[in-house]
Amino acid sequence: MTINKFTSVATLIVVATAGLALAADVQLTGAGATFPNPIYSKWFQEFGKVRKDAQINYQSLGSGAGIKQLTAGTVDFGASDVPMTEEQMKALKVSALHFPTVLGAVVPIYNLPGYSNELKLSGESLAEIYLGKITNWGDKKLAADNPGLPVKPIIVTHRSDASGTSFIFTDYLSKVSPDWKAKSGAAASVSWPVAGLGGKGSEGVTGLVKQTPYSIGYVEAIYAIQNKLGSALMKNKAGKFVKGELAGVTAAAAGASSAMPADFRVSITDAPGAASYPISSFTWLLIPTHFDDAKKKEVMVQFLKWMTKDGQKFAADLGFAPLPKEVAAKVDAAIAQIK
Amino acid sequence: MASTSAAVPAKARQQSGGFQVGESAARLGTQAFAGGIILITALVLWSLITGSWPTFVRFGFGFLSSTAWDPVAEKYGALPFVYGTLVTSFLALLIAVPLGVGAAIYLAELAPARLSSGLTFLVELLAAVPSVIYGLLAIFVLVPAMRDYVEPALQKTLGQLPLIGILFEGQIFGVGFLTASIVLAIMTFPYIISISREALLDVPTDQREAALALGATRWESTYQIVLPNAKLGIVGAVFLGLARALGETMAVTMVIGNDPSVKASLFASGYTIPAVIANEFPEASGIQQNTLLALALVLFAITIVINGGARLFLHATRQKGA
Repeated sequence: MTINKFTSVATLIVVATAGLALAADVQLTGAGATFPNPIYSKWFQEFGKVRKDAQINYQSLGSGAGIKQLTAGTVDFGASDVPMTEEQMKALKVSALHFPTVLGAVVPIYNLPGYSNELKLSGESLAEIYLGKITNWGDKKLAADNPGLPVKPIIVTHRSDASGTSFIFTDYLSKVSPDWKAKSGAAASVSWPVAGLGGKGSEGVTGLVKQTPYSIGYVEAIYAIQNKLGSALMKNKAGKFVKGELAGVTAAAAGASSAMPADFRVSITDAPGAASYPISSFTWLLIPTHFDDAKKKEVMVQFLKWMTKDGQKFAADLGFAPLPKEVAAKVDAAIAQIK
Repeated sequence: MASTSAAVPAKARQQSGGFQVGESAARLGTQAFAGGIILITALVLWSLITGSWPTFVRFGFGFLSSTAWDPVAEKYGALPFVYGTLVTSFLALLIAVPLGVGAAIYLAELAPARLSSGLTFLVELLAAVPSVIYGLLAIFVLVPAMRDYVEPALQKTLGQLPLIGILFEGQIFGVGFLTASIVLAIMTFPYIISISREALLDVPTDQREAALALGATRWESTYQIVLPNAKLGIVGAVFLGLARALGETMAVTMVIGNDPSVKASLFASGYTIPAVIANEFPEASGIQQNTLLALALVLFAITIVINGGARLFLHATRQKGA
């Protein structure tokens, strides 16, 4: 009994001192988007090996929550899949910069039993499916690019929780369909015109589509790959059908990078270029322009520099497209603005 | 203890003084805990009212009857969520109450003791299963079964009848009001069984024996003597089940389809108040956040009305009995 007590006390002391020894000198905390969480976790872990005295913690709460916490000043930096609005920028006590980190794609996924060809969709027909104007897979507008589609009603699914993924998807639909723009618009959560099914999270939508024959939905590309779901080829501005894979996403970013604004707040959905995948997007870190703590600032700057160079090579393995070289160079130059 | 204090009266007096201090301390302590309940309820109500005020100012009472849900245009209504919450909860009770009370009667009155204790253990195990697990089970087992067998069969039979045919109309998804209600029924009925069984067991054995002695059969004694005596406990069990159904979030949001619309068909997809709060709150800001708090306040009100109704009902029937 006493020996047991002794050992447990001793273990406690050892654990406590070990904890103290591991605690880093500089701690940074961030919160925001869930979509880039896999790559951010990897980055902060790898960066911890480069800067042993620093630790960066990231809570993936959602883009909106990240912006809220940054505004409230409860975190050192935020992260978002959606660029901040002017209104949100004005609410910040210390102005913040948008730093694009990686890119991702949103892909339409479908469940068509007995149809083995890859589904090809144009932006207009995707919008019409979600508007309820095309209600059957046998519709003539779909048949032109996809001979042999079954004559079955389309079951439309969407994200039921507010999410950056829905923003990217509806932002694209708003660009290709004036009707969609007028009826629903682009937002993390919108009013869906078709009485379809809502799934919570990408795993929820994936589950619904997997379980429901003749359904269509949309998820981040990585989910479609991991779950071996068919994802539709999308017709881009140049009229080419492109799959939502890394090459197409990077091409979309490159196509848009010439027109990249100085503050990086840009939507690259429906990007020009023959190889561009049209439902692509950057995801951003939101970094304050001023840190009161000089040590924190120094670590943040070092991390951002590391991220644009060494960090990018981790992206592809986790299903994210790395920044195109021109954009990475621009981001690198912008780091100097942090005071 | 008693014998020693009798032997040493001085010490006993000292002790009794100590008891008095302890007595009042315990009284004050428990009073504070009880006061805490009121304080927490008041704080919840206060924060819900202040949080949702902008929504009620902007939309007025029309908020309750509107079916709009458009975060981009900032137009919100509560009706589809209130409808979904009430429909799924009551349908769940409709399924769970006969099953639950019936099973409780068997376990308390008819089953052999060994079987009864084994089954009771299983029921308590069911009550402890987290709701997300029921949700997953529903997605992988119940939804395909509903979509491929149950709902088409219902549509072909009951769906052809006049009047009630409208309940079984439309496209079959597998998810929707009916599936959500069945999941809720499965989740609430362990509670109903467990508490109803306790209530039935609390009825004195004398009562049963007296009935049997008067020549009643086993079933007559159960139905005419035991059930009326246990009525209070059973009604309590039903309302506890209802409370669980009204507030259930995860399992419902996984199988109801999350579509804010009011449809008569039980096969249609719908939405409930807890589900929409869980789905939209993390990313909501401004008037949308106020609106979600307003929905929470509506749910709070629904719970109070239902619980109050249950109290009144119990009060009324108790007076009649006396």
